[in-house]
Amino acid sequence: MDSLFLMGAATASQTPPLVNALWVLLLGSLLGLELIGKVPPTLHTPLMSGANAVSGITVLAALTAIIKADGSIPLLALGSVSLGFALFNVIGGFLVTDRMLAMFSRKPARKENS
Amino acid sequence: MQFLNYAIDLVAVLLLALGIKGLSKVRSARSANQLAAVAMALAVIGLLFSYLGTPSFSGQAWIWIIVGSLVGGVLGAITAQRVPMTSMPETVALFNGCGGMSSLLVALAAALFPGTLDDGTLVAVVSIVISVFVGSITFTGSIVAMAKLQGWLSTPPWMQSKVRHLVNIALAVVCLVAAIKLIGSDGSSQGALWLLVIASGLLGVGVTLPIGGADMPVVISLLNSYSGVAAAAAGFVVGSQLLIVAGAMVGAAGLILTQVMCDGMNRSLVSVLFGGALGAGASTAGGGGEYTNITSCSVEECALTLEAAERVVIVPGYGLAVAQAQHTLREVTRSLEAAGIQVDYAIHPVAGRMPGHMNVLLAEADVPYEQLKEMDVINPDFPATDVVLVLGANDVVNPQAKNDPNSPLYGMPVLDVQQARTVFVVKRGMSAGYSGIKNDLFELANTSMVFGDAKKVLGDLLGELKELGVGKK
Repeated sequence: MDSLFLMGAATASQTPPLVNALWVLLLGSLLGLELIGKVPPTLHTPLMSGANAVSGITVLAALTAIIKADGSIPLLALGSVSLGFALFNVIGGFLVTDRMLAMFSRKPARKENS
Repeated sequence: MQFLNYAIDLVAVLLLALGIKGLSKVRSARSANQLAAVAMALAVIGLLFSYLGTPSFSGQAWIWIIVGSLVGGVLGAITAQRVPMTSMPETVALFNGCGGMSSLLVALAAALFPGTLDDGTLVAVVSIVISVFVGSITFTGSIVAMAKLQGWLSTPPWMQSKVRHLVNIALAVVCLVAAIKLIGSDGSSQGALWLLVIASGLLGVGVTLPIGGADMPVVISLLNSYSGVAAAAAGFVVGSQLLIVAGAMVGAAGLILTQVMCDGMNRSLVSVLFGGALGAGASTAGGGGEYTNITSCSVEECALTLEAAERVVIVPGYGLAVAQAQHTLREVTRSLEAAGIQVDYAIHPVAGRMPGHMNVLLAEADVPYEQLKEMDVINPDFPATDVVLVLGANDVVNPQAKNDPNSPLYGMPVLDVQQARTVFVVKRGMSAGYSGIKNDLFELANTSMVFGDAKKVLGDLLGELKELGVGKK
């Protein structure tokens, strides 16, 4: 345990110390468990699609890879392809979720008109 | 400066959490989705900002960033706009697979160029292994799920047998061995790395391929949770707390959503993952698939009965969506409503191909949200209903689920349509539903079958209703 902690602490400038990172992991997981309590079935599909878009947060990892590549072309290319995949996930995911939800939200307005 | 970066990250996490939270309420869902998108943009800006001025962040890096973003972003936007609402589950699967692929590629980059992205510690190597393993499974699993839903891929017979468990266990063992070797070599063994990539990719195929179409949404939801895990692992690799917390959040929320979906279908996650297709053993257990006592009727009769009704309930299923008949259906119900007939829609939790999918499709056709009734709300109303119109739904109206303890469907919550005075079932033929099980409803005395494509039948029905003068003032 001690050695693991030191390993994290020794490189604190680059990597978050392991213990900190594990805390973040734990609290993030607990938060995720609590966030979705009762979801009406209507929203299962949009919620899944929205959560899927959020999981494209790996854009951050892909960007980091490109920035840290330091001129290495293979690394730049790998990072760039990874960024493409992640953004496909993020932009596509958010837009398609919005398209679905837009159909729900315009309903009441239409009804008043007719 | 450092402080500002922390602040941006914290705000981004907060907004992401609020976004996911808001997505579970009808009122706030749309703005919540936009909020999550803003949070994501903020996180990206924060990251770029924090590296501004570091020597490696050169113009060259910018070019690769812009090229990658443009290709991925534009393709994503086009896909999101073009894809029809009926193939929403496939689309989510495709997007999800790409997220997994992204995590996999970052982990590969870290492993192939040690020391540039990670710090080479044991933690980093373990994170790389997890990210490669989960990312690879997510990618191949999602692609297989998409291909199966699109009908591009069917399950080979040997995959339905018990052999598949042996194959999958063998693949899992290979993954484990490769992982141990990779960790043992401090991440330097490239042979072990590629073995891990290939074996976990095949494992993703092997686990997803035998799963039946009806269970696929559950699998997609589970894979969605995995892609969160892969993102969190990638966060450990590159040392991003924001990535860890967001990945963990999606991973956990995805698990809960998967559980909610399983509950709605009365299936356990274990039986979805390891039980194989529901229909495989069911065709024998269901006691023969022959129908003996079918009453079929014409569209005219159906129209006449509808005209005389006071209360009509529509039960839409995936067949309606495939036929793209939701707009024609809306016209039919408009003329019925104009004639003073009360029309409701009974939405089974798993109507369509994914929970909530049918609501999306009907919303697309302008059906007022208030007319969509959930199963628990509408079931007590069926005895007081004159006509039920079942459109391309099958298993969700099978009374076997209540009456026959030997039926594989037994225990699944269903719509009690047989309690209505008259039931019309619009169906293309006598083929079985997803589960491959005979539907006793079709043989009941108060049930009439109207054979034909849902869109054509509804079009004809609309014509007949007009001739009868229904809904004209």
